[in-house]
Amino acid sequence: MHVPNGFLDAPTSMATGAAAVVCVGAALAGARRELDDRTAPMAGLVAAFVFATQMLNFPVAAGTSGHLLGGALAAVLVGPWTALLCMSVVFLVQSLLFADGGITALGTNIILMGVTTVVVGWLLFVLLRALLPKRPSLVPLEAGLAAMVSVPAAALVFVGLYAAGGTADLSLGELAVAMVGVHTLIGIGEAAITFLAVASIVAVRPDLVYGARPLLARRELEIRATATEATA
Amino acid sequence: MRRVSFRWVALGALVVALLLAGVVSHYASSEPDGLNRVAQDHGFSQTEKDHEADAPLAGYAAKDVDNPRLSGGLAGVVGVVVVLALAGGLAFVVRRRGPAS
Repeated sequence: MHVPNGFLDAPTSMATGAAAVVCVGAALAGARRELDDRTAPMAGLVAAFVFATQMLNFPVAAGTSGHLLGGALAAVLVGPWTALLCMSVVFLVQSLLFADGGITALGTNIILMGVTTVVVGWLLFVLLRALLPKRPSLVPLEAGLAAMVSVPAAALVFVGLYAAGGTADLSLGELAVAMVGVHTLIGIGEAAITFLAVASIVAVRPDLVYGARPLLARRELEIRATATEATA
Repeated sequence: MRRVSFRWVALGALVVALLLAGVVSHYASSEPDGLNRVAQDHGFSQTEKDHEADAPLAGYAAKDVDNPRLSGGLAGVVGVVVVLALAGGLAFVVRRRGPAS
């Protein structure tokens, strides 16, 4: 979904650039609460994994492909603030080294594929985690479902930006239907990759999965409470 | 439960990322992605302007490497290493100091 130069006009690109600077600044402050000596290396690995997986376009319909966006995946693995930093690094490197996504469109791409997928993915994940049984084994499923919705959500944000500053005159309703339609299909792939990646880590080290940690702490507390009662 | 050390998890994740970017990427679909397809169908793909920079790995291919499998794989591996270093370095600068809580 990398937006190239030229799709959006200069004022809109400047506005998304400013918004991206504010979001990344907030993420730098927020990530401090999520990162310590143990979790910091995870951030680098998650960013590298998202970069690698974004190279893997999978076919979704005749003549159309899609790739992982990864905001929901990163948020569940390392926390939402750190996830936004990871995603921003990926888009920066893709734009400067690989000419994937325009440099004037970098802010747009951070807002679309970074902020949107992280925020929608994380909030939906937290909601599902609260509603479903509190088991670490359900975390990959919750992450996958959240990831699935985050992709069409990003497509809708693109339509919103196009309404504000698209450089071609076209029907926004048709654009919205087409964008959400194809990205709903891509969302299924996003869900599958997110499920598999989160499930792999939860299987070996659930404590390394940021989104699973409250469930583990809860279980430990229950055990300790029982032990205290027994000795009392 | 058998506890896998962080070292092994990190090594596993890194190997998977390098294999995906360095080898599997060769088999990725080269069809336009969702946004580019919609841009073609709805007639605004011609509004795309050229990228500003003479990017060294433009199009996920290493310059001056003729073999497409090698060129793409090399670009992918370089990308993984650069992203890992930048994001990992940033996380280390931002993190709370002192022992893990």
